[in-house]
Amino acid sequence: MISILRSIWFTFLHAFHKRETQGYPEKKPYLPPRYRGRIILSRDPDGKERCVACNLCAAACPVDCIALQAANDYNERRYPLFFRINFSRCIFCGFCEEACPTYAIQLIPDFEMGEYDRQNMVYEKENLLISGEGKYHGYNFYKVAGVDMGVKGIGKGENEEPPVDLKDLIH
Amino acid sequence: MEVIMVKIQIDGTFYEVNPDKNLLHTCLALGFDIPYFCFHPALGSVGACRMCAVKKFANADDKKGRIVMSCMEPVTDGLIISTSDPDIKVFRAAVIESLMTNHPHDCPICDEGGECHLQDMTVMSGHNYRRFVFKKRTYSNQYLGPFIHHEMNRCIQCYRCVRFYRDYAGGRDLAVSGSANHVYFGRQTEGALESEFSGNLIEVCPTGVFTDKTLKEHYTRKWDMTYAPSICIQCSAGCNITVGERYGSVRRILSRYNGAVNGYFLCDRGRFGYLSTNSPERIKGIMVRDPQENIQKEISRDGYLSVINSAIIGKKIAGIGSPVASLEANFALEAMVGRENFYHGIDGEKFDLERTAIQILKNSSVHSPSLKEIERSDAVLILGEDPAISAPMIALAVRQASRNRSIRMAAKSGIPSWNDAAVRELAQKIKSPVFIATPLTTSLDDLAELRYNSPTSDIARLGSVISSIIDKIEPLSAGSDKSLNDIAQRIAGVLMDAENPVIITGLQHNDKKVLQAAANITAALHHNGKKPSISIIFPECNSLGLALMEGGSLDNLFEVILQGDVETLIILENDLYKRADKKKVDSIFKKCKNVIVLDSLLNETSKQADILLPSGTFAESTGTIVSSEGRGQRYYRVLPVNGHIKDSWKHISEMIEITGISKDLHWEHFDDIVASFTDSYPFFSKIREIIPGSEFRFFNEKIARQTIRFSGRTAMNANDSVSEPKPPGDDDSPLSFSMEGYKGVPPSDLVSYYWSPGWNSVQATNKYMDEPYGSAKGGNPGVLLFDHKT
Amino acid sequence: MKYVFIIAGVLLIPLTIAAGLIWVERRLLALFQDRYGPNRVGPFGLIQVLADVVKIFFKEDWIPPFADKAVFVMAPGILIATILLTFAVIPFTDNFLVLDSNIGILFFLGNSSLGVYSIVLGGWASNSKYSLLGSIRASAQMLTYEVFMGLSLVGVVMMADSFSLREIVEAQQGGWFFIPQFVAFLVFFIAGIAETHRTPFDIPEAEGELVAGYHSEYSGMKFGMFFVGEYLGVTLISSLIVTLFFGGWLGPAFLPPAFWFFLKTGFFICLFILIRASLPRPRYDQLMELGWKVLLPIVLLNILITGAILIYNSSL
Repeated sequence: MISILRSIWFTFLHAFHKRETQGYPEKKPYLPPRYRGRIILSRDPDGKERCVACNLCAAACPVDCIALQAANDYNERRYPLFFRINFSRCIFCGFCEEACPTYAIQLIPDFEMGEYDRQNMVYEKENLLISGEGKYHGYNFYKVAGVDMGVKGIGKGENEEPPVDLKDLIH
Repeated sequence: MEVIMVKIQIDGTFYEVNPDKNLLHTCLALGFDIPYFCFHPALGSVGACRMCAVKKFANADDKKGRIVMSCMEPVTDGLIISTSDPDIKVFRAAVIESLMTNHPHDCPICDEGGECHLQDMTVMSGHNYRRFVFKKRTYSNQYLGPFIHHEMNRCIQCYRCVRFYRDYAGGRDLAVSGSANHVYFGRQTEGALESEFSGNLIEVCPTGVFTDKTLKEHYTRKWDMTYAPSICIQCSAGCNITVGERYGSVRRILSRYNGAVNGYFLCDRGRFGYLSTNSPERIKGIMVRDPQENIQKEISRDGYLSVINSAIIGKKIAGIGSPVASLEANFALEAMVGRENFYHGIDGEKFDLERTAIQILKNSSVHSPSLKEIERSDAVLILGEDPAISAPMIALAVRQASRNRSIRMAAKSGIPSWNDAAVRELAQKIKSPVFIATPLTTSLDDLAELRYNSPTSDIARLGSVISSIIDKIEPLSAGSDKSLNDIAQRIAGVLMDAENPVIITGLQHNDKKVLQAAANITAALHHNGKKPSISIIFPECNSLGLALMEGGSLDNLFEVILQGDVETLIILENDLYKRADKKKVDSIFKKCKNVIVLDSLLNETSKQADILLPSGTFAESTGTIVSSEGRGQRYYRVLPVNGHIKDSWKHISEMIEITGISKDLHWEHFDDIVASFTDSYPFFSKIREIIPGSEFRFFNEKIARQTIRFSGRTAMNANDSVSEPKPPGDDDSPLSFSMEGYKGVPPSDLVSYYWSPGWNSVQATNKYMDEPYGSAKGGNPGVLLFDHKT
Repeated sequence: MKYVFIIAGVLLIPLTIAAGLIWVERRLLALFQDRYGPNRVGPFGLIQVLADVVKIFFKEDWIPPFADKAVFVMAPGILIATILLTFAVIPFTDNFLVLDSNIGILFFLGNSSLGVYSIVLGGWASNSKYSLLGSIRASAQMLTYEVFMGLSLVGVVMMADSFSLREIVEAQQGGWFFIPQFVAFLVFFIAGIAETHRTPFDIPEAEGELVAGYHSEYSGMKFGMFFVGEYLGVTLISSLIVTLFFGGWLGPAFLPPAFWFFLKTGFFICLFILIRASLPRPRYDQLMELGWKVLLPIVLLNILITGAILIYNSSL
């Protein structure tokens, strides 16, 4: 009986507490830099697409909302022919960003993605690709990979010896 | 041959095992996960990579033990080993770390990524972080032709590629060069690989050095493809394949293990011949010839109904089947037009030959060998057929057969057959006898103990002389040709010495006498107490199946049409211009008012059609075909029904339904037509009894066509509509078009893809068989239609 | 003419208050929960009520095909009708009342008993298991609490010596009844919560177990009527508490009597909401146990003691 009255009293006291409500959209909330919001595709320092269409984001996606197709350009460089995210399915878990070996896919502090038509939630590559490097600067996957895809020649990488000369008898 | 089993102890448990195999093989067969690179069940062991270390103990009291390479360790009675000793773990981790020192940072763009044996083994051995701080060695790559992409930096020097390419498949243009840290696997100069088995490098290579260039054009990860078990339709060998599909197009073909047929391998024609299914030339809609403009135009379904009614109702119809179409499609057509109006769609000469071949297979007291049996034979006579062209995998089997003498020699010296390098070192050039009598040179010539290149008439004569010698009767006309007689004597002598000789012949050169001569030789050997077998290579994937059905030849049809009462002609997946003289074919097209063609691609015949129906290729239909061996095998569709493209038998069934020409014929599902077919041809009843029908469930589940990690389900169709469609159903097979279904090891006929926890690469195949390179779990796929005779 | 105004007033005032309560309750709940509540539509979100009403009117008036149509439509009407009828005997002030009945309290008790029908019929006509379960619970609960509610008023009636609500108020000129009849007030208050099935006694519509109880199948304005009915019930019980225990319109003369009545009523409405915000829902058997094993003896004792004191006083 006392405890009932006590709880009524304490509930009443809450009338004089500070409000927890955020004043969105008049007052924008603070979003930390690693907030998992809108998904974007970024570019290399030299301005080319970072995504190498390795499919790891799609494989990591727990709701399977990423679909892409790999293609090769004239330098044999791998890039996504199309890259589609169905945001009406996305749960913003950030696994795609975790899985990405090239920093291409990134979740940024922006959540204002509402649409009136569900079809508009389907983002293609042109809706995802930004013109900068996003959160991670200076990384270019092809500079450290062992392949020649028009970025650096074989054996020209930072951690590579020049190619073996097969006709050379001395080594 | 009875094998005396021995008892060994692995990790404290006793097992009864076959002592003929090496320890690694035995452990893998028992289900232990031991990492390995250079070992391949079909290639044997060389002990190059040092990954498969296990600890061997001298006796039960020995606690210290010593590390041995399990692939080089014979299985002996009382052997005690540990596969998980801490010392081994340290050892394996050290080995994989050193193998990885030069491996590039490529996985995201590597086509092997996700199905890479190196990735699997690295994870299995516990190597995580790179400590090597020095520079990586690099190599330049080579252009190796349109099928194989070369990326040499990824090599870990396991030597599997050259061992397969040179030692197993007899190729000469891929080799190893350099030494120490500069070992290079490639050609002397850039250029296309010459071997017809080069595609297997993709599966043999444990990492991404050799990858599929055709896949690269529309690259899809292993887990993202929808797979279906299928049968190669490029030749009559009946190799088992797996077809991978994504976004509605076929992406690649991998070999599907059939211990009796192709084993782990496939020829390049089978592996890379799939691109036509994605061709822009594909017929997609129902086309009808516009009489005014004389061109084919796509029409609506309503238009089709009226056109087909006027073309069929009350008309005299003839049907032309096809040796590349399934039994069910041919049967549907035969049932529709009536047995007396059904023609096989091959010219009279071939037709006649096939009848002869069937007589041989049916009546002969010897049986038709599987590829595995050819591999095991100790003498091969190839008579008037080049298997390297007509059925390359049979040629590969012959190549393995040629090693049997050296294996026997090694056994005498105490070298087990799996000790590959030692056996080859001992054998040098010694080979089992292979005799090749063909009009032209073949790629098997390097194996031949004796070659006889001569016209087929001479070859037929040689054959008959051999059989007379074996039967010890005076040859009819040998006296005139002494050299031929000598050759025949020598071949006959070797065949008589052999335990289980194989005679390989075929229909390649259209010579009936060659066939008969081959049959006579086998019969003669059989009379003399040998265990011979005869392999007759048929020209097309279902030639044998079609030949076992009733019906006339194309020449018969021409006569009937020229007599002039056939008004409607239905042609099933058959380009007549490739079968007969152009003038003749033109004349029958002129004669027949309505030509209905079911085909998948535009060709000369389908261009002549008045009504053209889009039939499905092997990737878009389900059916049963019969290989040269007499093995009935089923291929399953990998693409769901899409628009008008569907199985030919479904088109025919629909025609019957629309026109109402027969009330009795109605096939809703694939099982219905199989039942109807086997009722009509009791010879094929085994197909229905043995190959699982669509009602089949494994642990109450269908079998999934998609892997458990199939990605993008909720996005791949989202560009069309954000509302996701229900996965297509499949009433024709026990397979499902989604990732839902049984995920373990299904019956071998229904294996869509190979995967096992920790084994993402094709090496997971070994988990799907009784023992590595043994028979598939639950028996090899397919059903033998002819009784096995010894 | 005057009667027409009074009747119109008595009809309109409770309805307006009930509608306004939608907003009041949401704002107050938010207040107790450190939120703001509806504050977007109009000043302080006042127009929210209008928006809600417009919305509820435009909703599809759906009658499930499996429902008993006639009864289904009738049920919410009965609820509103019985409650509004009861307002006829409430004296807002000494001259602002529709019916100065000499059986005012009995009229209220009779009407509130009739209210049970609305819920029983609504649940039964919905032809759904959740609705039926809800209405069965509601009827048992309301019948039970009717008993104590009636008995708790006996003390007041004895003290005022009348069933007329106006006379009861006038009898309190010397002192409000909640002091001598404190126990009766408590019992009446608890029974009142149960009678209007407000939290914590909203077991008939427990959303965790029964979706929404007897009105699961209702939508549109029919649901709205149940909704408004609940607020009307809250207003009615509050005004009855004021009338019976807190001297009705009586109060210091510097403000008009009607103001005092509404002020007191408003206080109790807020108390209803505060209780909703603070207390969890008991189990059904606990609810019945409380009624029969605790409240019934207390209220009977109260009658005995009140009676004894009155007899003692009169004998002096």
